[in-house]
Amino acid sequence: MAYGAQPLIRLGQIAAGLVVLLIAGTILAVAWRAEASARLGAADWAAIRFTLWQAAWSAILSVALAIPLARALARRRFPGRSAVVTILGAPFILPVIVAVLGLLAIFGRNGLLNAGLGALGLPEVTIYGAWGVVLAHVFFNLPLATRFLLQAWLSVPSERFRLAASLGFGPAATFRIIEWPLLRATVPGAALVIFLICTTSFAVALTLGGGPSATTIELAIYQAFRFDFDLGRAALLALVQLGVTTVAGLLVLGVAVPDAMGGGLDREVAYRPARGRFLDGLMILLATVFLVTPIGALAVSGVAALPGLPAEVWWAAMRSIATALGSALLCLVLSLSIALAVVRARRGVARLLDLAGLLGIAASPLVIGTGLFILTFPWIAPSRLALPLTGLVNAIMAMPFALRALIPAVARVEADYGKLADNLGLRGGARLRILILPRLRRPIGFSAGLAAALSMGDLGVVALFADAGSATLPLQLYRLMGAYRMEAASGAALLLLGLSLCIFWVFDRGGRVDADA
Amino acid sequence: MLHSILPLLGLLAVPAAAQDAPVLEVYTYDSFVSDWGPGPALETAFEESCACDLRFTAAGDGAELLARLRLEGARTEADVVVGLDTSLIAMAAETGLFAQHGFEGRAWDLPIAWQDDLFVPFDWGYFAFIHDRSLETPPASFEELAESDVSILIQDPRSSTPGLGLLLWVKAAYGDGAEAIWEGLSDNIVTITKGWSEAYGLFLDGEADMVLSYTTSPAYHIIAENDDSKMAAPFEEGHYLQIEVAGAIASSDELDLAMEFLDFLTSDRAQSVLPTTNWMYPARLPEAGLPEGFETLIAPETALIFPAGELPEIRSMALDEWLTALSR
Repeated sequence: MAYGAQPLIRLGQIAAGLVVLLIAGTILAVAWRAEASARLGAADWAAIRFTLWQAAWSAILSVALAIPLARALARRRFPGRSAVVTILGAPFILPVIVAVLGLLAIFGRNGLLNAGLGALGLPEVTIYGAWGVVLAHVFFNLPLATRFLLQAWLSVPSERFRLAASLGFGPAATFRIIEWPLLRATVPGAALVIFLICTTSFAVALTLGGGPSATTIELAIYQAFRFDFDLGRAALLALVQLGVTTVAGLLVLGVAVPDAMGGGLDREVAYRPARGRFLDGLMILLATVFLVTPIGALAVSGVAALPGLPAEVWWAAMRSIATALGSALLCLVLSLSIALAVVRARRGVARLLDLAGLLGIAASPLVIGTGLFILTFPWIAPSRLALPLTGLVNAIMAMPFALRALIPAVARVEADYGKLADNLGLRGGARLRILILPRLRRPIGFSAGLAAALSMGDLGVVALFADAGSATLPLQLYRLMGAYRMEAASGAALLLLGLSLCIFWVFDRGGRVDADA
Repeated sequence: MLHSILPLLGLLAVPAAAQDAPVLEVYTYDSFVSDWGPGPALETAFEESCACDLRFTAAGDGAELLARLRLEGARTEADVVVGLDTSLIAMAAETGLFAQHGFEGRAWDLPIAWQDDLFVPFDWGYFAFIHDRSLETPPASFEELAESDVSILIQDPRSSTPGLGLLLWVKAAYGDGAEAIWEGLSDNIVTITKGWSEAYGLFLDGEADMVLSYTTSPAYHIIAENDDSKMAAPFEEGHYLQIEVAGAIASSDELDLAMEFLDFLTSDRAQSVLPTTNWMYPARLPEAGLPEGFETLIAPETALIFPAGELPEIRSMALDEWLTALSR
């Protein structure tokens, strides 16, 4: 391959090595520390059962609701359709705790839904407990599932639908011949991905779970830390979590996973049967209301509280911004190194490098956090590491997405200009500066934005390490909720939402300005 | 947007003033430092005489305080810890972080004799379920509560001292039958919060019929809000007693100042602030007596409490039962 490629490959190997070292190192630390500890108690088994139970229901309900929604979106054309599709992408960068507060505003005892049910004389619903956790997961994963399935629907060549129409297929026959095979190919993958995501649920269970009957393994790890300061048990639970995610991850690898990050979702299929229009419309309307009203309600209640936010919220916001910027930079350096190397290295090496970068998708932040805590606790006060580690862990969590965006882009640049650059003797830093980086602005902007938004909204590792003096905005927000200062909490949530969207937008847009088309 | 940025600018300019005075770092629970809690009044009063900067750090609920101390160990920046209680002092003493206080000779107005050389009591109360007057036939025992469909909010015994108090209350009243009571209660529980503040806030917002708090909680509504609609439900089993304590950290650079604060906390001035801010009975009755409104509170006939020495073992047994019963 290209001249002068060796140093770049080495750089990628170092980056991949660091990721592997971090993940493997923390797992080893966890395994080493867990040995000393005792068996799993009844409550731990309940946490394992609940983790699997809620992940299964979250996956089933998300996908079940996504099927009619994706179908409706695929075959209907209406004003605002692209806005709906955009909203479906938003949960990627929506901080979990913001969504939880929004859901409370709608589904809480004093929320809009119960006000409506009460007015109709119907029994009230409660958002706390197991079903509240599932509800929040569906809120986050219905959009993801819909994007998976929509992609699948749009991948069917229009000719096939036209052919079906000209052959006089009714809805039943169209479903059986075209749509059923499509669903059979994509639904298991989509469901398993959501199952995997939900097995590592922490912030949702922390805020809505409440009590031993709605505790996930990740939450149990946190409780072992924060309530009992029992590192041995935390490590044991971390091993259990690792087992669960590994099995779920292997299952995911075993099925075809559709692409949800891809573009082109604003197209529609040529199949637009007249029947079912009302139901399709209703489905789209209900889903939009379900996804938009919680955030809207939060924005309304949060605006009034913004000017009077306590000083510690602003400090926390500054810490979060700094963490997000650091995380974005780190994510870029690591991902770009790997992407450049993957394109240059031999196939086998490239595959390994790529896999290392993807580890983040299956790694549980709290397991990594537990390992890091065990490794660093004897040497340094945990609160001093809270921000760097939050940035680090989120950078690694964002890497799989960054790599998916960067690798194809680097490959394209090399394919288009590689030979020319080789002939010109353009290599090393100059090649990077003159040829590659300017043409990667878009994926770079997107990757940095994603990493920044993820670490801005993260409530995971930071909860293990931080104290009041090193709290990030999500943690400060959680503290306000715990002290039941709900007005301040909704103000802080609105601030967090604004910052997360802003930081993503700035990076993402920044990448598009003057971008090479 | 300018609105939101302006306070930020002001903020950057602030911390220059009180830098030379020694700083006394006090860890406590959330509600202690809330605007309506005792924190602000005590801070003003103590700073008048100490020539120091008293800083409160809120660390969640009472039991989280202890967990935080265990996590920080010798690295802790705390000089004083305010808000541990009788259920936690044996475990707190085990950390070896606390200094002897030397106030043993003091006369306390507590329902039981006080003997502890590390921790100073500052207020006390009985745990009780609080409900609105409108609740028809409030349950009069845990058994009645378990059989009823009255909804309750409770706190996690691993993070909250009232939550731990409830755990020990049921254990003291029912012994080996405690697990069965918890199984019966499990369908009454709306949610288990991490701390008292959240549970009480949810209760006031109407999320449940009853909340675990103190027999003294109605006094807050009577005195501060002129509202007599909240009442404590007397339970036939008796009520569990909680004595809240403070202690000084032995490794503190400001140990003398810390002792001065403990002395202040049990002085007439601080003790007369506590009943109407922390809404508990003072550990030493102020000269002016209890504020008007406290005489309306229920006085439990039986006070339940485990001896401090037995507690670590009983706590861990009761916690296992609780986890088992409620995780089904």
